[in-house]
Amino acid sequence: MKFLILVGNYVIFIKKVFSKQEKNRIFFKNIGSELEKLGFNSIPLVLIISFFIGAVLTLQTAYNMASPLLPRYLIGYLTRETLLLEFSSTIVSVILAGKIGSNVASEIGTMKITEQIEALEAMGVNSISYLVAPKIISAMLINPILYIFSVFIGIIGGLLTGILSGVVNFEDFIQGLHFSFNSYYVVYSIIKSFVFAFIFTSIPAFYGYNVQGGALEVGKASTRAVVDSSIAILIANLILTQILL
Amino acid sequence: MVKAKGLYKSFDGRTVLTDINVTFETSKVNLIIGQSGSGKTVLLKSLIGLVGIDEGTVFFDDKNIKNLDNKQLKDLHTEIGVVFQGGALFDSFSVIENVKFPLNLFSNMTEKEKIERARFCLNRVNLDDVDNLYPAEISGGMKKRVAIARAIVLNPKYLFCDEPNSGLDPVNSIVIDNLIHEITHEYNMTTIVNTHDMNSVFEIGENIVFIADGNKEWEGNKDNIAQADNKKLNDFIFSSQLYKKIREKL
Ligand SMILES: Nc1ncnc2c1ncn2[C@@H]1O[C@H](COP(=O)(O)OP(=O)(O)O)[C@@H](O)[C@H]1O
Ligand SMILES: [Mg+2]
Repeated sequence: MKFLILVGNYVIFIKKVFSKQEKNRIFFKNIGSELEKLGFNSIPLVLIISFFIGAVLTLQTAYNMASPLLPRYLIGYLTRETLLLEFSSTIVSVILAGKIGSNVASEIGTMKITEQIEALEAMGVNSISYLVAPKIISAMLINPILYIFSVFIGIIGGLLTGILSGVVNFEDFIQGLHFSFNSYYVVYSIIKSFVFAFIFTSIPAFYGYNVQGGALEVGKASTRAVVDSSIAILIANLILTQILL
Repeated sequence: MVKAKGLYKSFDGRTVLTDINVTFETSKVNLIIGQSGSGKTVLLKSLIGLVGIDEGTVFFDDKNIKNLDNKQLKDLHTEIGVVFQGGALFDSFSVIENVKFPLNLFSNMTEKEKIERARFCLNRVNLDDVDNLYPAEISGGMKKRVAIARAIVLNPKYLFCDEPNSGLDPVNSIVIDNLIHEITHEYNMTTIVNTHDMNSVFEIGENIVFIADGNKEWEGNKDNIAQADNKKLNDFIFSSQLYKKIREKL
């Protein structure tokens, strides 16, 4: 029952996010600053993680292919599939739920407890759409781009490590990358990254907006936001995989 | 003039405001006084519409807020300036950006005109050379002054201040009080100030409403408050030794 009320309130909240905007000029300016804050600032993290995961995927696959009958190009193939299908969309989004989600929840929660949100309302601003819409839209714009970066850097990480450690040679790895390539998988993952971006900004914004009390509650809301958006991403992943594949 | 008529407000069945009827006059500093938790903030926010009221209504001059549509309410809000208790400055904006913010939303001024207007208001609250600092970098008293500058930037007809000198030292408190008093008369605003500061009461209380436990207990001004024969009010005003001694001399 409590859960249903929570979901109901979340749906009402989302409706308010996409109700009437303030002046367009201000809206686009806010999207610009959110793109920088949420998106560009996440690039280094995504690149580092993707590089190392790509590297480990390649090594793990190689070490687990004991049989000489298995072709070496499978190493490149499996690295690509893992990155393309799950890691760069789902796992990267779960990681971003930690980074961006906690940021969004604590920023909005702090604005709530320091009456900054009421200050906006007192000026006649629809605070929910003013604060939250630019965050959601920016994240949805940037997450597919982060996905593509992540796949590329992951593959480069795998390739370099594979060659340097001698578990696979360049030609085999590249052959694996081309092997049985299905471009629909990319479309599927990009759709997922849109949805996940919506989740990891809107849920934390919702929790932030409902903070009551002080700094302690902001911290709690932020933790809850990260946990719940991560879970929501994993559930959405399951549902989208059923629908799309 | 701002008028509350038969206001009731409760939270989860707990009554916070009971049948509040009060008129706040134009070109005066109207004080709402009372202990912490007596309902001052809830009353102030009910008047502005930040807290939904259960019963009753509020008039802004001849406008009954119950009869306004969304567009009219939005327009009314551009005539209201609010100074929140902690200042409620936007952390991610510099001082000048904070003051300019309402202009970005509601004026058609050029960037240059907006900056001029924001500078003018900052100057009015005696703040210079802090334009590019962020709220975290200025003192509590400065924050309140920036908040006042932001509240008056659109030339509001109504100014609401929630404990504008709480947390300030006595000197800065008086500076803020005087500032509010001056601008109220300079711009003929209807100013409503929440306070539990006795200095403010005797300095700027041109019209005073005392509330206790969400009830209006007394109404008057700084000239007759010391002679009031309301027990709750007397307990409140003369709670400190200093004011008790002053009263003996009166
Ligand atoms: N959002 C709210 N939910 C529940 N109770 C509230 C809320 N806001 C205020 N109250 C209660 O209303 C009473 C009056 O509070 P307030 O107006 O803030 O007092 P003060 O006179 O100190 O400004 C307090 O008992 C407070 O706990
Ligand atoms: Mg208060």
